[in-house]
Amino acid sequence: MAKVPVQFTLNGSEKAEFIESGTTLLNALRDKIGDTSPKGGCHQGTCGACSVIIDGELRLSCLTLAETCNGADIKTTAGLAEGGVLHPLQRAFLDAFATQCGFCTPGMIMAAKVLLDRTPNPSRDDVVEALSGNICRCTGYEPIIQAVLTAARANSQNAA
Amino acid sequence: MAIRRGRGVAAINYPTGMNLGGDPTQALVHSTPTGNFMVTLSSVDLGQGMKQIMAQICAETIGVPTDRVVIDTADTDTGPHCMGTFASRGTHRAGNAVIQAAKEARQVMLEVAAEELEVNASDLETDGQGNIQVKGAPQKSISIFDVALSAHFKRGRSISGRGMFLIPRSYPEKETGAMKPSTCYAHACTVAEVEVDDETGEVTVLTVKNVFEIGRALNPKMVEQQLVGGSWMGISHALYETTEPYYPNRDHGGTDFNQYLMPGPGDLAQTEITVLERPSADGPFGAKGPGEMCANPQIPAVANAVFDAVGVRIDTLPITPERILRALKAQAAG
Repeated sequence: MAKVPVQFTLNGSEKAEFIESGTTLLNALRDKIGDTSPKGGCHQGTCGACSVIIDGELRLSCLTLAETCNGADIKTTAGLAEGGVLHPLQRAFLDAFATQCGFCTPGMIMAAKVLLDRTPNPSRDDVVEALSGNICRCTGYEPIIQAVLTAARANSQNAA
Repeated sequence: MAIRRGRGVAAINYPTGMNLGGDPTQALVHSTPTGNFMVTLSSVDLGQGMKQIMAQICAETIGVPTDRVVIDTADTDTGPHCMGTFASRGTHRAGNAVIQAAKEARQVMLEVAAEELEVNASDLETDGQGNIQVKGAPQKSISIFDVALSAHFKRGRSISGRGMFLIPRSYPEKETGAMKPSTCYAHACTVAEVEVDDETGEVTVLTVKNVFEIGRALNPKMVEQQLVGGSWMGISHALYETTEPYYPNRDHGGTDFNQYLMPGPGDLAQTEITVLERPSADGPFGAKGPGEMCANPQIPAVANAVFDAVGVRIDTLPITPERILRALKAQAAG
């Protein structure tokens, strides 16, 4: 099958690749570009581990065809830290012991980031709603909810 | 038709490890030329924190800071033998093996330091900060870095140790059937409060209050993390999860996360965790295995709470609305 060109911005860097038509964004990111932070849990859009941010929207990269992302601005958890300093969400997840095996963590953090970008001071219900598309097998969710609330508080204190 | 409330309690004893052909774990410890310590294991860290705990155990035994210890795990082709990470055995079995290996390595380390300081090894102690000093005369000291350099380049010695921990296979006594299939029991008790809708059969877990007796919490925050997640998983087992809802018939078995149900972040019960520490005699620094144990007491507690709420005993898991409604129908039919 003929390969098709794709070009997008990933965490601020221009990326251009030739891919098989029909390749998912998840596979393009992981296998072509080498960003393995989005995880392939179910490959059918039910677990949320592959979540990325495309033009500001939370998207499941396992259900997104890479060739539909031409010109898009894509963000993944791998691009959150700045100069070795962790993003407040990453810091909060660590401090809250909100990760065990870590497989769901990048998707959780992406979902939380979209929430906090839009709702800087979310309620607990807002956080639960935002995380409801992401499955975690280890933590029982409560430490994750607490981490997101903590990161929101840290953000609002920095802004003040 | 109404929403009925019930409360159930359950307590469990849970064994650490298992009794098949014997239950061994082995560990190797050696120092690098810079005086860091490498622990080689075949045991697997799958997120429960084994690397952190083994680093703490090794560091405590040798007498160095935890960040001076590196854990290499999970290559069963090349590593020392371990039966695996299951049966809540990791901390207990691998921990005991690491202690034995680290003790042997510590002894070599002290012997090399003794030669450098020209004192008797039995007069030496570690300061926990990376130095070895003479008891009562801490000004006479040598860094473990320098001890390692000496061992490697001057003395031709390997600062290393071997650890072997084996629970032998237990056979039942012919007369009584008595045997010791496992060691070191952890304990837990849970009180669950539920609401049961007797029209739809739906169960909502309102609160779970758990008490866990786990020997000794070697890393309290990581223990809490395990217990909170385990309590959630216990409820998931009680009410949601099954691969074969009509076991042994495979029909309607879940094939993906749409069908294999688990409680999501919106379905959380208010959860309390209390940890009791009663160090076990044969555990590493008193630890028992909290891993699997912590997801068990919620299941009978929820079943008892459902009985308290609507008067039917569900003896097949998970306790689905269908099973409750069938039981209620049978109860009404008398």
